[in-house]
Amino acid sequence: MTFVQNFPFISIIVSLFSGAVSSILSGRTARVINRIVVITVAILSAVTLAYTWRTGTSYVFWMGHFPAPFGNEIRVGVLEAGMAVFFCLIVLLSLWGGREHMEMEVEESKQNYYYILTNLLLCSLLALVYTNDLFTAYVFVEINTISACGLIMITQTGRTIEAAVRYMIMSLLGSGLLLMGLCILYDLTGHLLMSNIQEAVAVLHASGEYTIPLTITIGLVTVGLAIKSALFPFHTWVPDAYGYSTASSAAILSGLVSKGYIFLLIKIIYRVIGFETFHDTKIVNVLFVFGLAGMIFGSLSAIKENNIRRMIAFSSVAQIGYIYMGIGMGTQAGMVAAVFHIFSHAATKALLFIAGVGLTDASGNNVQFIHLTGAAYRNKIAGVAFAAGSLSMVGMPLLSGFISKLLFAQAAVQNQGKLLPTMIVLALSTILNAIYFIKTVIRIYTPTESDYEGRALSSQKLFAVSAVLLVVLNLYLGSMSQFLVDLIEKGLGMFA
Amino acid sequence: MKNKERKSRFLQWLDGEKDIYAGNMEMRPQKEYISSPKLLSRQEHERRLLTERANDVEHNRVYRLYKAAYRVLALVFCLSFIFLLLLEVSWLPPVGSAANPDNNEVSARYIEKGMQETGAVNIVTGMILDYRAFDTLGESHVLFVATITVLVLLRKDKGKKEDNDRVYEPKNDTILQKVAFILVPMIMIFGIYIILNGHLSPGGGFSGGAIIGAGLILYLNAFGFAKTERFFTEKTYKIVSFCALSFYCLAKSYSFYTGANGLESGIPLGTPGAILSSGLILPLNICVGLVVACTMYAFYAIFRKGGF
Repeated sequence: MTFVQNFPFISIIVSLFSGAVSSILSGRTARVINRIVVITVAILSAVTLAYTWRTGTSYVFWMGHFPAPFGNEIRVGVLEAGMAVFFCLIVLLSLWGGREHMEMEVEESKQNYYYILTNLLLCSLLALVYTNDLFTAYVFVEINTISACGLIMITQTGRTIEAAVRYMIMSLLGSGLLLMGLCILYDLTGHLLMSNIQEAVAVLHASGEYTIPLTITIGLVTVGLAIKSALFPFHTWVPDAYGYSTASSAAILSGLVSKGYIFLLIKIIYRVIGFETFHDTKIVNVLFVFGLAGMIFGSLSAIKENNIRRMIAFSSVAQIGYIYMGIGMGTQAGMVAAVFHIFSHAATKALLFIAGVGLTDASGNNVQFIHLTGAAYRNKIAGVAFAAGSLSMVGMPLLSGFISKLLFAQAAVQNQGKLLPTMIVLALSTILNAIYFIKTVIRIYTPTESDYEGRALSSQKLFAVSAVLLVVLNLYLGSMSQFLVDLIEKGLGMFA
Repeated sequence: MKNKERKSRFLQWLDGEKDIYAGNMEMRPQKEYISSPKLLSRQEHERRLLTERANDVEHNRVYRLYKAAYRVLALVFCLSFIFLLLLEVSWLPPVGSAANPDNNEVSARYIEKGMQETGAVNIVTGMILDYRAFDTLGESHVLFVATITVLVLLRKDKGKKEDNDRVYEPKNDTILQKVAFILVPMIMIFGIYIILNGHLSPGGGFSGGAIIGAGLILYLNAFGFAKTERFFTEKTYKIVSFCALSFYCLAKSYSFYTGANGLESGIPLGTPGAILSSGLILPLNICVGLVVACTMYAFYAIFRKGGF
């Protein structure tokens, strides 16, 4: 075993350990530690990505002295490593972009808690990405849920506490269903390790034994993770949780936390249940329908919003709908499109939340549209960034949203039965997206006399850097997407 | 030269010092949506009517219908969900049958070789702290992150003297104090026994820590914060939980690292059954016990007075 293969394990432990260390430090030191940890983990994951890309195979890493079905293990492939790099980048940029606001909104003595929660959240995301064991996944889902709750309510206003309570109730419901599913899966197969379960499930599926319990179990796991990642009918916690928490929290929550669960679901589909078995249960069709419904209803709610943060949050619901539509197509191409959209949406949504906070900053911290008129002239970087993010969401070429729409459309063409509904809803959703995003862009670029003071570049350098980097990331995904698409295809191939 | 000028002009524009558009653009003053006073008063009237009628739960038919429908639907949903789960359970492999899928090589190895491989007589401890130690590492951090989140929610900052229920102390309840005087030492010793014997008999860090935590809470209730703060403050909590979690993290990282790279860990397992045996399990049990005890006590203290 080469030394590089230890890197995923080291990145999980480093981020876990930094959580405990930050508890005895001041907010300022905790911030430095947090940045060091995130950058280190990003570099380690990038090296791992290069290594797995070169060797072309995935490998397993024992967590202890015992081989797989007896001990724990993690599994590293191209897609896992790529996801880890990307998650670290988004965490770093979101924290930079929203730092000023975070320090304004969170009490000084509680700021180190913010970094503890972020470190543990990053750790749990990494563990969810790398794990090869369902129970390990459940343990880190717990950490993920609790720390996400903390990140929402660390800004102590009535709205955030209400949002956190809602988030907690829905999220725990999801965890409960997931746990039930895992227990029954264990009862049916006698294993917790993903590869062993897959073998056992294949045998059960072929013999036709336990078909009904297996279907119900797959349903429980899928619905549990769908609730946690805010698929359409379970999205009611989204607008408050993203709309009132501090900007970095909102960017991390919408960009990463919900994506972590979706990635876990994809992993379960491929590595636990088996793509064919999952396809045969017809649950894909349910996901497809709810994905389509989410695309429409999320956008409709966003159009009605008068609060820019809540509007972006509702747009998240629509975008999660896209991802589930891709999964629901039940083809390899659909899955590639869905995974690409995970990347694309994480980059774009983080950009929108960060740019949004820049705009509200230049409008006296008001989130209503009437106050935002002309905000792009008062905070130029934020204006450009918001416009870029909006265009990407609408699907303008050269930006990442275009590529994901293109991939979805291509996947739909290959799938005869679902071609028509996909195309219609895709077109409809694009128009709806355009209605509320372009409306906002026009409003922020409408010149007006205003009492609000603008923000000069020199007073918000860190914000400008993170916004520009996020725009660059979007442009990169949009114009040089082939690398990422190759990565996803290769990674999904390694799953099998 | 020209490039330089352009660059500086661009930077000036970004800084908002000089705006080339200023004065060249048509400025549209934003019209706040204001309606006529008559309309406004009517709106006000309607709003009042609306709030009155919406809050008038007794006579609101739509609300009553909605509430009834909500209850009925919730009931139907719950019943059908229960039915679904019962159906599923009835289809599962029979409980306790030897042919069940979960009686496989994994549990066989835990039972047959557990003592030999981990050095722990108590198989459960051997399983959670050696075979599947990564899960338990995560689990102890669940407790940690839960405390942090409760602190975020409830901690009151020093300096602000807000009233807490400490003003009612000391209660000097003689019966409680006498009972606690006898019970607390016993509870503590029992908890310590359970932690230290975690690898030999049923118990371990989680259960022993919970017992010690309960003992601390009883002591606090009987004698008040003034007494407990002589040995347990926020600082104690931070240091103890930091040390325990760090030791846990580092020890297990060492063990994971050596395990994955096929190295000998060099930690002796000792004779199964002796108190100093089973390698890292005993110190890890102590760490988990400390974390659990501190978490229990911390929760209680935070809920009572928003701090330690």
